[in-house]
Amino acid sequence: MKNKRLDLSYSQMKWETIFKRLLIVMSSILILIVIGTLITLIFKSMPSIKALGIGYLWGKVWDPVQNIYGAYPFLIGTLLTSFMALIISIPFSYAVSIYLGEYNPKGWLSNLLKNAIELIAAVPSIIYGFWGLFVLVPIIRSFEMKIGVAPYGIGIFTSSLILSVMIIPYAASLGITLIRMVPSPLKEGAYALGATRFEVIRSVIMPFTRSGLFAGVLLSLGRALGETMAVTMLIGNTSAIGQTFKDLIFGPGNTMASVIANEFTEADHTVYLSALIELGLVLFCVTVIINLIGKRIITRFTSN
Amino acid sequence: MEARLKVRNTKSILFKCLIVFLSFLITVPLIVILLYIIKQGVLQVNWHFLTHVPAPVGETGGGIANALVGSFIMVMLSAVIAIPIGMLSGIYLSENPHTKLSYYAGLCVDILQGVPSIVVGIVVYFWIVKPLGTFSALSGSVALSIMMLPIVIRSTEQTLRLLPPSLKEAALSLGVPYYRVILKVIVPCGFAGILSGIMLSIARIVGETAPLLFTAFGNPYLSASITKPMESLPHLIFTYATSPYDEWHNLAWGASFILLMFVLILNIVTKLITRKWNIQL
Repeated sequence: MKNKRLDLSYSQMKWETIFKRLLIVMSSILILIVIGTLITLIFKSMPSIKALGIGYLWGKVWDPVQNIYGAYPFLIGTLLTSFMALIISIPFSYAVSIYLGEYNPKGWLSNLLKNAIELIAAVPSIIYGFWGLFVLVPIIRSFEMKIGVAPYGIGIFTSSLILSVMIIPYAASLGITLIRMVPSPLKEGAYALGATRFEVIRSVIMPFTRSGLFAGVLLSLGRALGETMAVTMLIGNTSAIGQTFKDLIFGPGNTMASVIANEFTEADHTVYLSALIELGLVLFCVTVIINLIGKRIITRFTSN
Repeated sequence: MEARLKVRNTKSILFKCLIVFLSFLITVPLIVILLYIIKQGVLQVNWHFLTHVPAPVGETGGGIANALVGSFIMVMLSAVIAIPIGMLSGIYLSENPHTKLSYYAGLCVDILQGVPSIVVGIVVYFWIVKPLGTFSALSGSVALSIMMLPIVIRSTEQTLRLLPPSLKEAALSLGVPYYRVILKVIVPCGFAGILSGIMLSIARIVGETAPLLFTAFGNPYLSASITKPMESLPHLIFTYATSPYDEWHNLAWGASFILLMFVLILNIVTKLITRKWNIQL
């Protein structure tokens, strides 16, 4: 005899197992994607690792036509743009964190400013690049004429400027949350001792949130290192970088991401292509490590 | 004593002025960029612009229909790929926070969040474009869906964690099977949060160019086939903005305006949803 209730239970149990397995499979897909990415990058950059060795990373000349590959110009370009952008953006992101975290945490003005900062992150990078190309570049060009360097307009300095705007939200929104988390008894204690607001910020809030704010800066850095489109449009895309300091900063250059974007589809032989992929591998590892360190610091900070 | 106090107070006030000044200075580039794009773009947009493909060099007129259709198809396709995976793994992460799998999956979400978009492009090129032998909209969608995943997962996970456990317990105690508890009770309760995560992720990928350079590539003609190269808004902006022709620049300004408006509206709607439902993302 057929038992209807029993059948129902069986089918439900079957679905239950299927559902639970499905959840596990979907989560495993994530791990597969990441491992697959790493393996693909390593595997595909093998030809260049074998042919060029580790010296590839600081070889000074990049000339695919002559089959000479050196990543030094791109390393320098990436580091310069990212760190210059970081240095420009830090005062701003710290200021916003302090303002929205401490001075003005509530109200319409603070909401407006917070939303504006989130919008900075929402604007697509291609639009920053396009705007930069048509508005920022002429301004920089006339500035360069005034200080007497070759007036390219495009270049490492211009890219850093745009990048610095783009990465502010990553450090700022984290900083706001963290500064709001400072326990008020600490602040009140300092006020009770007669400290001014500036002194409370300097000697209570900043020391308390230092590691967290640093994590925010790391997240910004990770973003800046991997940013492609805006930089590609503004950096000038030349593999020969300036020799003197001034030429280096204001002259055109190339970052790892921008050289991949420009030359990947043109790369016509194995070593050329895999040299580009090796750049991608380096970029991947560096940004992953920076991001994970940042995330680790944040978790430690918020769980305390 | 009096003088010392004055110095400290002045210092405090000066510091506040500096902070306020720097904070509001940040909005200047944003406002300038928004206004400039609107000023350049709004005049380009008309019915002809939206329904025609780009004109060849030298001819006036032409529009961005191919990019609009392409962006729409690719974003929809990547949403179809990313939303099931993202939601289900988000559910897994929130339901099983302490297993080994969820530790590693969470780690991978963090990693994916930080992967430069250009690297995603390279990898998908070898996964899909190479085996198929041609640039295709499908590969573009896969690349975009990888960019989309971390946001969908994190928003699902965090929204579901905020729900009170009593909800789940009440449903389970009525004898409802686990999968139905999740699908009929937990997910609907956290729907607003999940939805806003999905919308944010769409707003993010619709402007992504770098992963499309080696995957969907671009196509000057109208195409709806997902196995052929396909144009997209950001890619069209990139090609036409870096071209030397003024007509093409105008096309790119119009396309930027539409892209920017779409992203802004999505962001604002998301804000309204999260505020109404009081969700912290």
